[in-house]
Amino acid sequence: MSKHETTAPAVRATGIGKTFDTKAGPVQALTDVDLEVAAGEFVSLIGPSGCGKSTLMRLVADLDGPTTGRLEVFGKSPAQARQDQDYGIAFQQAGLLPWRTVADNIGLPLELHRMDRSARAARVAELAELVGLTDFAGSYPDQLSGGMQQRVAIARSLAEQPRLLLMDEPFGALDEMTRERMQTELSRIVAETGAAVVFVTHSIPEAVFLSDRVVVMSPRPGRITTLISTGIGPGVVRDEQLRETTGFFEKVTEVREALHGAPVGSSAREGR
Amino acid sequence: MSARSVLDGGARPGHDRLVRIVAPIVVGLAGLALWQLLVGVVGVSAYLLPSPAEIASEWSANVGPIADGTWITGSNAVLGLVVGGAVGVLLAALASRLRWFDLMLAPVVAALAVVPIVALAPVLNSMFGADSEFGRRAIAAIASFVPVFVNSLRGLRQTTPLQRDLMRSYAASGSQTFRVLTLPSAAPYVLTGFRVASSLAVISALVAEYFGGPRGGLGAFISTSAATSAYARAWAYVGAAILLGLALYLVTVAAERLIGRLLSGGAR
Repeated sequence: MSKHETTAPAVRATGIGKTFDTKAGPVQALTDVDLEVAAGEFVSLIGPSGCGKSTLMRLVADLDGPTTGRLEVFGKSPAQARQDQDYGIAFQQAGLLPWRTVADNIGLPLELHRMDRSARAARVAELAELVGLTDFAGSYPDQLSGGMQQRVAIARSLAEQPRLLLMDEPFGALDEMTRERMQTELSRIVAETGAAVVFVTHSIPEAVFLSDRVVVMSPRPGRITTLISTGIGPGVVRDEQLRETTGFFEKVTEVREALHGAPVGSSAREGR
Repeated sequence: MSARSVLDGGARPGHDRLVRIVAPIVVGLAGLALWQLLVGVVGVSAYLLPSPAEIASEWSANVGPIADGTWITGSNAVLGLVVGGAVGVLLAALASRLRWFDLMLAPVVAALAVVPIVALAPVLNSMFGADSEFGRRAIAAIASFVPVFVNSLRGLRQTTPLQRDLMRSYAASGSQTFRVLTLPSAAPYVLTGFRVASSLAVISALVAEYFGGPRGGLGAFISTSAATSAYARAWAYVGAAILLGLALYLVTVAAERLIGRLLSGGAR
């Protein structure tokens, strides 16, 4: 296992472009994207629909290949990183297999990688506890709420102790209350595991609350326009108080202004 | 909350089950009584509708031929179902993988689905000889093939892009993905195909006997009895055919349940 070589950044993208061939002609989803995510760093990608944030994440996951540019995950090609299970991934939909119990869903990657039964059971129990689902290990996905299903998906993404977590709007389908609770939990889990995170989201407060850095993107063609450090830092405990601080509000404003491409006058700072 | 109710479902008093068993029996008995009443008291002619009592006495007088006929027709239907179903699953697996194969097969399957037994049975009988059961088995197989193929193909396409992305992210091999994802997603559909096919296999094997070939099956007995105006006897054979169809149907339902249970609990 090469879990301890922390010299290479989690993600290094250089001049990434991605063009999709559609019936209506080629569509440029990404152009000239440069981005580096350090090991252990939490980076959010935010931007309107069509800005290519999900595409960028899929390229890192080797679910798609870039048209141009160079992409490295821990200094390897994304395909090699995928083979080595260097990353865990979660999407907006939990994507659980309905005929498997919570425990068997969490343990699916381990089962595929032929971890032996007893070691797997121990790891699954550990993960279920981490996401607070110990009592539901024997339940089936359709017996769980959306928030609980998403916890299962997160536990599953952590199964192989990845050094990088890729998350595509994992809380996008949840109600606001559940969402905030899940954000707090995710930041605790990430702090415990020390993994780097690339987190795709539509929500400005979510991006600011969770991230060390927020990457603001814009569409047509998809590109990075602004990088904003939240200044919250990985050491800070992200709890409900953080949401009330002025520093948090200022960063939310800064990200919003970057998204709109122009300063929003402080007197006319209305919620979207 | 819902976890509770699922657990309680099995432990609930036997009331529900009792009602589920008793209710259809009561309806059936009431139907028989009404039938007997129509024939015996109202006087519907025995030519149109023999009374249940007459049919029952014909049944007990012909237990031997009924059992033999059920065996012959039943084995034709089961062989046809097994062979036709197996071919259906195999071709569906190919069609789900190879687009050109699917496109090539689709019109053939559509044509097979509408081939009339009336036309096919005499042809097959003259092809394979009048003393062969092969034609009937082939007809049962063709009839079974269609629903199994159509349902299996649909089942094999049930995996979502999200699930496939996840399997790819786990660096799962093709065979792992098939075993863990594609097959369990398809299984309920395949079994539904077999359930539909089970009734079709019996009907086809039976009807195929109307168009020549060796005697001795239920279909042959029904046509002979009806031709000699022995309507009550014909109805006794029809009763046996219904029981045969139901038996095969129940076997496929049981298989469906069993595999459903294995799928949901077998992975541990």
